[in-house]
Amino acid sequence: MKKIVVPLDARTIQSLKAGQEVLLSGTIYTARDQAHKRLVETIKARKPLPLCLEEAVIYYCGPTAKQKNRPIGSCGPTTSARMDAFTGALLAKGLRVMIGKGRRCPEVKQAIKKYKGIYFITYAGCGALLNKYVRSAKVIAYPELGPEAILKLEVEDFPLFVAIDARGRNIYGQD
Amino acid sequence: MKTLKAEKITRAVEELVRRANFLLPADISLALRRAYRAENDRRAKKILRAVLDNAAYAKGNDLAICQDTGMAVVFAEVGWKLRISGDLRAAVNKGIRAGYKKYCLRNSIVADPLLRGRPGFSPAILHTEIVPGSRMKLTLLPKGFGCENKSQLKMFKPTSGIEEIKAFIVETVKHAGPDACPPYVVGVGIGGSADYAGILAKKALLSRLSAKPSGLEKDLLKRINKTGIGPMGLGGKTTALAVKVLTYPTHIAGLPVSVNISCHALRRAQIIL
Repeated sequence: MKKIVVPLDARTIQSLKAGQEVLLSGTIYTARDQAHKRLVETIKARKPLPLCLEEAVIYYCGPTAKQKNRPIGSCGPTTSARMDAFTGALLAKGLRVMIGKGRRCPEVKQAIKKYKGIYFITYAGCGALLNKYVRSAKVIAYPELGPEAILKLEVEDFPLFVAIDARGRNIYGQD
Repeated sequence: MKTLKAEKITRAVEELVRRANFLLPADISLALRRAYRAENDRRAKKILRAVLDNAAYAKGNDLAICQDTGMAVVFAEVGWKLRISGDLRAAVNKGIRAGYKKYCLRNSIVADPLLRGRPGFSPAILHTEIVPGSRMKLTLLPKGFGCENKSQLKMFKPTSGIEEIKAFIVETVKHAGPDACPPYVVGVGIGGSADYAGILAKKALLSRLSAKPSGLEKDLLKRINKTGIGPMGLGGKTTALAVKVLTYPTHIAGLPVSVNISCHALRRAQIIL
């Protein structure tokens, strides 16, 4: 299986095809509903963002609390469609790589194609299993959001499927 | 009259939190293993393997089966010959908070639906029913919201046919598609009122998957699995593990139908006090 390492350059992103399975290593950032709302508000207010979107991989995830001897708890993907309203603004600001579960709206699909980004999905409802691939976790923004804070994760061989590739091809077909 | 102390309820709820979140129920596990064997598609099989491995890993490592440890839904059947010393609702919520904290589960509950704010663990949704006897049956269903968000209610006409109702249920599953972690268990409540149909649909998720399905349940399951949505929505034979239907008398003017979908991680635990 193909292994890829963050940051993902344009060539790597464009070489991947919807349906393909890959293992990803490097830094990824968790962000879900409230963090997305705040990131887009920050962009609109022209204020500095807590992370560099151009290099970031955003993972739609709100994990359970960390336990002893583990950097993080259960950490599977949450439904991506809820982030759709914010994704266009993040892509326009440089984001290229997202991880979640489920379908995206037509606007997001178009935007992924336009910006030559990529949308991955991972094993849904398998948060315990995915814990195995996380080496470290650290809150970098919005701690007051609890499980919705932005966490910086170091992952190793995190299993992914390409769901929407840079050419707009879709693992779910014409959904 | 038998007396049950509130502290005992709290401790029982705390234990239910652990069991529900770490141990996938045997009937769900069995249905998933059957689905795994039945799938021919390589990718569908691989996903179901991961789902089974996930449950085993959660059990072996005291990790939550899913990071969405849900909104705690508690069904309390209280025997009328039982006296509770203390506040039942407070005791249940205390047990939820204690269990979720102790077992490092997720604080997913915001105190105000509009203002949101910092999330906590409680309150639970508590459904209380007075039943014959002198015991209390507590059932915990930690319900994730990826699938809860796909719930639907439709008020049919009393003259609506069964085909319309079946189409609505199948359509609800299609609408959930890959988003809510299929293979699903589909809970359906038919009859009662708008609110009661919703409770029935949720309660249907408590039914054992091993129980013999009715003709309606069998037909719905067949139709849902024909959609080909499959595990994780990536195609396959198994879109749902089971369909469970509960019915109740209703009004001459109406026919409420509520659908409550559960992801494959249908977590529930029960205790009798």
